[in-house]
Amino acid sequence: MSELKIVNCSKYYKKNGEPMCALEETDMHVENGRFVSIIGPSGCGKSTLFNIVAGLIRPSSGEVLLDGKDITCESGHVGYMLQKDLLLPWRSILDNVIIGLEIRGVPKKKARERALPMLKNYGLGGFEYDHPDALSGGMRQRAGLIRTLLYDQDVILLDEPFGALDAQTRMQMQNWLLQIWKDFKKTILFVTHDIDEAIYLSDEIYVFTHRPGKIKAKIEVELPRPRNEKTLMDDRFLTLKRELLLMLGEERVSSE
Amino acid sequence: MPEKLKNKEMIIEDPSVEQTKLRRRAFAGQILVGVIIVFFWEFLTRIGWLDSYYWSSPSTIVRTGWTAITQGTLLQDLAYTSGSTILGFILGTAGGYLLGLSFWWSALYSRIFEPYMIAFNAIPKLALAPVLVIMFGIGFDSKVILAFLMTIIVAAIAAYSGVQNVDPDLEKMLVSLGAKRRHVFMKVVVPTTIPWIVSILKINISLALAGTIVGEFISSRQGIGRMILYAGQVLNIDLVWVGVVVLSLLSIVMYLGTVWLERVLMKGRTPKS
Repeated sequence: MSELKIVNCSKYYKKNGEPMCALEETDMHVENGRFVSIIGPSGCGKSTLFNIVAGLIRPSSGEVLLDGKDITCESGHVGYMLQKDLLLPWRSILDNVIIGLEIRGVPKKKARERALPMLKNYGLGGFEYDHPDALSGGMRQRAGLIRTLLYDQDVILLDEPFGALDAQTRMQMQNWLLQIWKDFKKTILFVTHDIDEAIYLSDEIYVFTHRPGKIKAKIEVELPRPRNEKTLMDDRFLTLKRELLLMLGEERVSSE
Repeated sequence: MPEKLKNKEMIIEDPSVEQTKLRRRAFAGQILVGVIIVFFWEFLTRIGWLDSYYWSSPSTIVRTGWTAITQGTLLQDLAYTSGSTILGFILGTAGGYLLGLSFWWSALYSRIFEPYMIAFNAIPKLALAPVLVIMFGIGFDSKVILAFLMTIIVAAIAAYSGVQNVDPDLEKMLVSLGAKRRHVFMKVVVPTTIPWIVSILKINISLALAGTIVGEFISSRQGIGRMILYAGQVLNIDLVWVGVVVLSLLSIVMYLGTVWLERVLMKGRTPKS
């Protein structure tokens, strides 16, 4: 069980003595095992919210609850992955993915034994002992996600993980991610700019407004799973896409 | 397949074979150039185009060197000089590296000490040699300390530059995986700074040697530096040349040592360009 509650979280900075708002008071409730996306223009406070949930920065107000437990300002409770793969160039893929276990004090040998089948099952077989330089962008993102998964937290935050990939690889990676989500039954909070990606992957989508960041709308996707190429042509998909495009279009106008 | 290619033999290149071939030929060429230089040196001094009083000659240097080994103390001098150089180099480089790394732990501490590090770097350490010899005596210690002082700040500055180049996102990633500061230090900061410290190994080995030699020039009972100074004073220029050649050889051996060390430290990663 893992249920993430964001209660009344906000973040204000001071700039030249004037208070600046990065994120207005926000409430969010992510139920166990759901795939929830956050979509919005750049500068909408998505990353701020993520950093708060991951415990990397202190919110100006509010708290983050995981299964009712206060985890505000505590790192290490949720898995977190950024757009950059952040693999350590001096470690092999295998040694990169076990780093979370290593920090937790699991002996290297044991950690490797746990990681090897996982690399094999999720498309990195044969690359275990290569260094990140030798891998393509998609492969490296896979390694990054497997590292997050091996850390074994029930909630995973993904901050535009496929943003730097080409369209083809992206589609592949989305299906790969859905497979992993199904196999491991994680709760995923996913940030993206890409409307299609949000609809294709999610159960719910939160739309954020441009500066100051706050939630503008919450949309239930209600498309059947498993999803595939046909989903992209489903009427419900297209209706949602139109709705979201209009909503984000308004944002663009209001920000100009 | 186009008509033209049909009858021709297919050419498949093996880049590794090409590489080996290149390496062998380069090595042969290097030896050849060395032989030519030594040959002309010998030849020109024999026919009198170069004055053998100043220039000595390869054969005389070898003969004088052999005498210095068998009847003199050349080998002990060599051990003395290389010992203080290597010891000073290791202490200075390792100490400087740790000093540079320590700046990662606190922004306040690094801000306070950064200008002092730069100021210390600006002091011409060799000019302090006479004071150091008085402070630490004319023995082994003063040479090690000179070599140490020559190398420590260079290493500290290199390590500090490395520390400033640590990717903050890597830190973030590790913290999100539950890392404490010591984990970030060991798993990201130290590996990030390794190419930086590796890049100054070669510079530091020659700085350490310069420190030792100057220390021996100032005052010493042993060492190649003392031998050169003594030979110069008695106008035994052949022996000066022996000293210079031996120091060059020592320098080459230590250089190869750093190349080896570099290979060990940089194992498995592409060098920073």
